[in-house]
Formats: sequence, C-alpha cells, structure tokens
Amino acid sequence: MGDLAAEKHVRYILSVEKKKDSFESVVMEHLRMNGAYWGLTALDILGKLHVVDVDEVVSWIISCQHESGGFGGNVEHDPHILYTLSAVQVLALFNKLDVIDVDRVTGYIVSLQNEDGSFSGDIWGEVDTRFSYIAICCLSILRRLDRINVEKAVKYIISCKNMDGGFGCTPGGESHAGQIFCCVGALAITGSLDLIDKDLLGWWLCERQVKSGGLNGRPEKDPDVCYSWWVLSSLIMIDRVHWISKEKLIKFILDCQDTENGGISDRPDDAVDVFHTYFGVAGLSLLEYPGLKPIDPAYALPVDVVNQIFFSK
Amino acid sequence: MAGNIEVEEDDRVPLRLRPEWSDVTPIPQDDGPSPVVPINYSEEFSEVMDYFRAVYFAKELSSRALALTAEAIGLNAGNYTVWHFRRLLLESLKVDLHVEREFVERVASGNSKNYQIWHHRRWVAEKLGPEARNSELEFTKKILSVDAKHYHAWSHRQWVLQNLGGWEDELSYCSELLAEDIFNNSAWNQRYFVITRSPVLGGLKAMRESEVLFTVEAIISYPENESSWRYLRGLFKDESTLYVNDAQVSSLCLKILKTKSNYLFALSTLLDLSASVIQPNEDFRDAIEALRLQILIKQDSDIAITICSILEQVDPIRVNYWVWRKSRLPQAA
Repeated sequence: MGDLAAEKHVRYILSVEKKKDSFESVVMEHLRMNGAYWGLTALDILGKLHVVDVDEVVSWIISCQHESGGFGGNVEHDPHILYTLSAVQVLALFNKLDVIDVDRVTGYIVSLQNEDGSFSGDIWGEVDTRFSYIAICCLSILRRLDRINVEKAVKYIISCKNMDGGFGCTPGGESHAGQIFCCVGALAITGSLDLIDKDLLGWWLCERQVKSGGLNGRPEKDPDVCYSWWVLSSLIMIDRVHWISKEKLIKFILDCQDTENGGISDRPDDAVDVFHTYFGVAGLSLLEYPGLKPIDPAYALPVDVVNQIFFSK
Repeated sequence: MAGNIEVEEDDRVPLRLRPEWSDVTPIPQDDGPSPVVPINYSEEFSEVMDYFRAVYFAKELSSRALALTAEAIGLNAGNYTVWHFRRLLLESLKVDLHVEREFVERVASGNSKNYQIWHHRRWVAEKLGPEARNSELEFTKKILSVDAKHYHAWSHRQWVLQNLGGWEDELSYCSELLAEDIFNNSAWNQRYFVITRSPVLGGLKAMRESEVLFTVEAIISYPENESSWRYLRGLFKDESTLYVNDAQVSSLCLKILKTKSNYLFALSTLLDLSASVIQPNEDFRDAIEALRLQILIKQDSDIAITICSILEQVDPIRVNYWVWRKSRLPQAA
C-alpha cells in the first residue's frame, strides 16, 4: 500500500480524452453527463475543481437539456432521469443552479412519478428504486421536494424492503448494496430513516466486508471499490459505520490505485476507469482520509456544496 | 437484415459506400467547445452514429432506419436514444415482435448487463402478452445458466411471474439452482419471493414448516452460508416470538457448535434466541465452554456475554459490531 496518489488521479481524470479509440470512450459517449459528474466531483474532493473551465461545462450542460425539462446523457440525446440528476449535481458543484429553469426540470421529474409512488426513468416507464432516489435527491437540491407526493414515494421504497433488512430494485427484488444506497439516501433526504431497521440493515451491510478489507454488494460476490461508496454511505446514514474495519477498507482502496498513471480500478491490478476513480476517492473521503474534502453521504456531493444549497438565502 | 449485429469486421461496408444510404447526409456529433469529458469515437462507431442522427432528426420511420439502429446497438447497446427510436420504428412499421425478441436475445448474448436491453425485452413481452410467458422464462433461465446471480435476469423473471404467470414450477427451479450452488443468494431471494407471493402455494405461513426443514438441512451442510441463515430468519417474519422459541432453530445451532467449525452464524443466531431457551440448558453451556477453551478467552458466568466475546475474537473485522451486541445484552447493563 502507499498513500493516495492524489496528483496522479487528478491528471488521470483530466487526461481521459487522450486515450484514443479506447473501448471506454465508445461506451461512454451516451453517458457523458454521468462521466462529467464522476470526474468533476472527484476533482472537487481532491481540491482541484478550479482547473476546469466553468463556463464551458455549464454551457455544454445547458445544451443537453431537452424541451421536456430533463437532460440527456449528451447533446441531442433523449432525456433520462439518470442524466438529469448528474446535470443538476454538476451545476450545484459550480454553484450555477441559477442558470436553469428550475420549474421546468421539476416538471419533468414530477411527470415521472407513478400512481403507486414509484418513479419511472423516462417516458418508457422502466421502474426502479434508483429512480426514486434520483427524483428525491434532485428535487431536494432544487428545493422543490414539495411538488411530488413524498408520502407515496416513501411508501413505495419501503415496499422494496426485504427480510434481511436490505432493499431491492422493485418489491421482492434481491437486496443489493447499490439499491440500498438509493433507498437509504431517499429515506434520509425525506427524513424517514425511522422506517429502517437500522440494526438489521447495519449487520447486513457490515457483513459485506470480506477478508481483503474490500466490500461486496451481495453475499458471496467479489469485493469492488464502487461498494466502498454504496455500503459506506449507507452505513453512515444509519449511523453504523463503526461496525466495519475502516483501516482495512482504506488499504483495499489504496491497493486499487494505478500508482504510475493514476486512476482507481474495481479490484487490485485491474484496469482503472473514471467511475471507480470517483467511487474510490469518494469512499476515502467518507473514511476521513486526510487531504480530501468531506462528501455528503446522501447527496453524493461535497459537504460545502450541500451547505451552499441549503444555507444560502 | 434488421437484426444482424454479427457482421464480421472485414465484411462491413461503410455506410457512405452503400447505395441505399447515398441520399442521406450524416450529422456529426456536436460535443460543444472543449468538452469536459472529451470522447474519442472509433471511426466505424462515429459513422453509424452520424447516419443515425440524420435519420433520427428527420424522423425517418423506415426499415433502413430500423436496420441502422441494429448496427448502432451492435456497437453500443447502452444508448437510450437508439433504443427509444427503435421502439418508435417497431411500432410504426408494425414489425413482428417475435423477430424482435430474437434480436434482443442476440444482443443480450454479447452484453447482458445492460439496463436498456432488459427494458426493451420487457416492452416486447408486454406487447406480446401472456403468450410470451414461456419464452421469457426460458430466456432468463438461459442467462441464469451462465450467471446465476444476474440481477437484471432475476428482475425480469420476477416481472414475468407477476404479470404473465408461470409460478407452478418456480419453487422447484429455485431448488434446482440451490442444488447447484447453495451459496447463491439470488436463488434464496427468489425462493423467498415464491413462498411469500406465489398464488399457488398458500403463502409464508403455509410453507413455513416444510421450508424450515429444507433450510435446516441446507445450513447443516454449509453452516458458513449467510444466505441460508437469513432465509431461516425470514421464514419467521413478524413472528419473532415463534422464532426465538423454536426448538428446531436452537437445536440446529447446538449441532453446529458441537462441530467447532464454521459456527459464526450459529453463535450469532443463538444471541437472538430467548434466554429462557439457552441459559438453563446444559448442552449449550458445554458447547460454548468448549469453544471458549479452543480460542482461549476469559470465562464469564453469563453465556450470552461469552458468546459475544467469542465472536469478537473469531470475527475481528466486525469486532465493533459484536461489542455493540454485547452492550445490548440486558445482563451487560
């Protein structure tokens, strides 16, 4: 293990474009908005967001907005709730939420709530608790949470709770750390954490830590750096993070660094990517690793950004 | 052909050289000035997407546009907009959805961990209605035979059962998968889904007795299996009094403790059980005492405190959890 190769990670994030014809670049085109969120949030946590040209980012984001109010993954792509949250989060990073018509974005999200309280991802109607989180997080950042039926939204999330204390994507779906983050995050933002059996869920989550120190997302699966975020943030929100070994997890994440060229991978010695670089850095931030900005476990944004949203006028 | 995505690299004719596309002017991607996450597209992918944008903006509802979406999906199955346009095309061209199902199957064989594929598959199945039941169950079975924990496949299968039916053989399917891999948490979850939701089994209460027997046996074979222990607890959902006093549960724990290996979940379960079951029982005291001597920790007159101390020792990564469990014992106060 070494220390966090912070400078190299910054350089890696900024240099993703130089990898010509990489497989990653081809599959990323349509989710460039998510990529922007991962890369820029990681940069902010590393204290280097200022190297980015704000106006360029903001004008590109605006160009991805659809007339419905939602955002696409890139210019001229169809809107989806997934990209809408990333767009709003990136604007929040730069304190530029005032450049969008908040009511139009709100209208788009409100239109995706279904009768049972669940949310669809786009006009085609796919339902998933991921979308419940996204809708709630996004509206909360826009300070328009009162525009949806929160009570029904919470009720739907609770209907996805399993006997092991975890949550799945729809009622009866297997508990999965990624879905748990979404459900716990949505419940935290709506002030409904009392509906969770924290001790039972906390035990399930801390059982995700394996011998190597890494966390997996389901029983008997391999550990992966991305779960450092999903499991950890959930444990923090339910106030049970001391139930895992922080030291061992820090070591696992640091072992996943490419110490030569920067970037973090899913497991030691695998290829790095922006997605895992973000989750690794964000995970270390949650673990209070020195030199990193603290990140908010529910909003997945730096704490100072969240404060700026909620404590400004 | 609309569904052909297996074009060999060398056989592929660029779109600009195909006579049927000569009337279309491709539209390049506008990434704006110095993009934040600049993307370099492969030449082939760029060309297909340039033509795709041309037909998409022109709202050209033609069979060549449908064929083009297949090519674009073949190069990147994750693009929402391409799938979205494909559905509009399928609807307007009134394409036989049985053929579309085969297309999805081919795409999924290359990249099944993609949300859009599954969403599209569901859209097709929804349109076909109950006649799609068997093909959908077979389709997920095929995917699960390669990756038995495939989250999307399980999700789709649950949707099929609830919307198109086919519950009759599901419990035996779960048993089959668990016979292959008793650690498969997805199969345990599906089993729970079936016994609690199947309209043909009578619900959790009716199934409890036989399921407890099944689970106890599974635990005895592999006591380190987290999934089976959680399932056992789940069988007593909302019946915790029944659970903490169940003789089968306590004797299962005892049996495993006596083997002196892989006893972590047995010990933890024991902590859940009623003190009136454990405390006065000589067998439990002996079994715990034997474990205590094996790992050489301090004796405590209270059996539950000793259990926590053992767990702290044998599961050090979660030591704080076990310390907390100990602090919650009434006798620790």
